[in-house]
Amino acid sequence: MTWYAFFGALEQGFAYGLMVLGVYLTFRILDFPDLTVDGSLPLGAAVSAVAITAGVHPYLSLLLALGAGFLAGMVTGILNTKFRILHLLASILTMIALYSINIRIMGRPNMTLLGKRTILDPFYAMDMSPSVAAPILFGIVSVLSVIFLMWFLHTEFGLAILATGDNKQMITSQGVNTHRVIIFGVGLSNGLVALSGAMICQNQGAADVNMGVGTIVAGLASVIIGETVFGSRSINRAIIAALLGSIVYRLAIALALGLKMGRFSFTPSDLNLITAILVVAALTLPQVRARFRLK
Amino acid sequence: MISLAGITKYFHRGSINEVLALEDVSLNVRTGDFITIIGSNGAGKSTLLNCLAGSYPVDEGSISIDGEDVTSWPEHRRAGDISRVFQNPLLGTCASLTIEQNLALAARRGKPHGFGLGVKNRDRDLFQEKLRHLGLELEDRLKDKVGLLSGGQRQALTMLMASMVRPKVLLLDEHTAALDPKTAHQILDLTTLVVSEERLTTLMVTHNMKQALQLGNRLIMMHRSRIILDVEGDQKTKLTVEDLIEQFYTARGEEFSQDRMLLV
Repeated sequence: MTWYAFFGALEQGFAYGLMVLGVYLTFRILDFPDLTVDGSLPLGAAVSAVAITAGVHPYLSLLLALGAGFLAGMVTGILNTKFRILHLLASILTMIALYSINIRIMGRPNMTLLGKRTILDPFYAMDMSPSVAAPILFGIVSVLSVIFLMWFLHTEFGLAILATGDNKQMITSQGVNTHRVIIFGVGLSNGLVALSGAMICQNQGAADVNMGVGTIVAGLASVIIGETVFGSRSINRAIIAALLGSIVYRLAIALALGLKMGRFSFTPSDLNLITAILVVAALTLPQVRARFRLK
Repeated sequence: MISLAGITKYFHRGSINEVLALEDVSLNVRTGDFITIIGSNGAGKSTLLNCLAGSYPVDEGSISIDGEDVTSWPEHRRAGDISRVFQNPLLGTCASLTIEQNLALAARRGKPHGFGLGVKNRDRDLFQEKLRHLGLELEDRLKDKVGLLSGGQRQALTMLMASMVRPKVLLLDEHTAALDPKTAHQILDLTTLVVSEERLTTLMVTHNMKQALQLGNRLIMMHRSRIILDVEGDQKTKLTVEDLIEQFYTARGEEFSQDRMLLV
């Protein structure tokens, strides 16, 4: 693997790392399989792209993306809790709706940011090359998010979120409104995902309504890889493992894309298949191992 | 004082599976009462507790706690006044959280959850002291996950959590039924200790008639969605298991004779 490919994977790993943290929050903490992310990632990109085009400061556009993602997640949470729709279905409904909404926001299916200001400009001004600036900036944002989550999940409200994902009857009889916790938790998760989408869009210079396809699978793969490789004994460790899992996942993909077996090589369109197989393998491996141990 | 007035509760109302779980049940619980509740399966004992706690909305009637009408309050809002221990020892605690995190949640029962640290340093001393009281050697395992504990230890922890913040009423729903006899005995001792020390108003559902007679100052027998016996004080002290069985058959016999009258 070349240095160029390595830094590229690092950059992607950090940029998508926020998305992975969001998926970790719903999938592992809240026990809420949330497919909204396939729609909230392009939502963040669209909001950020439109805001920058309209002259909003690129960093401020990140906040707008975060807010938009939060709202999208809240919709899923409300559909699930107040309208009693199964979590999986509720999130698919929001995801489908976001496809239309994202096109409405941009006014077209995709949008370029050619010649526009981006969050990377201050780094370019310091004479940094794009392949160095992006991993540094995304690394900083990811680490800050990890620290935020570690703090947040140890607050009183954070404990209530952890308990809601574990035992709803228990936390309800301790006086916590689980509906509110779920709506907020899924909101926060999608806020992170949208933030991730906004950074990716500014980095690649375009927002596309289809850029979110397969986000949930990539997120799950990263979370599971992280847990398998780095462990999840404590909350802090699991959060760090999720971010590192994102990096390992992107490195693995970079390796796979560089692989040549005779005349066969993988193309980027094979990624979804590879990821799906990876997730299935990671999910079934513990069962297979347990079965062999029994015999 | 807790008062239930004319509570009626149906399950699957309007379908062919309709069940009348509580029929016009009224009960006044005075502050300091320790009421044991007995009755056959399906008599409505657990439903009564669940309606009081707000887990089930009632179809008719009203519930008030200290003069405040809580009939329309959701379960989490009533939790400020009510603490519970369930039959299933896994239901009262969070397995993936540590002992101290579970205790911290119980210490904030009914209070808002803000952005202060969940487990504060000054709480830890209090937690350790309370755990030492249990005599289960859990006081040095604050950072252990509750999933590592046995069912009995978890139920003891739930008992402790139920009294962390003084409740206006403590609801015990066959909380020793799922434990082995020795552990059940320990939990029962702990219950007596906590209830008498804090003078807690308590409702305890049990299948054990001896237990129901030994504990508390008041006894209620339920049958077919109704309260058929309510005795207290001296009257309760004099009761024997045989009396209870006789009362039970008398109540059933009346039904039979009424049925027969209908047929004639």
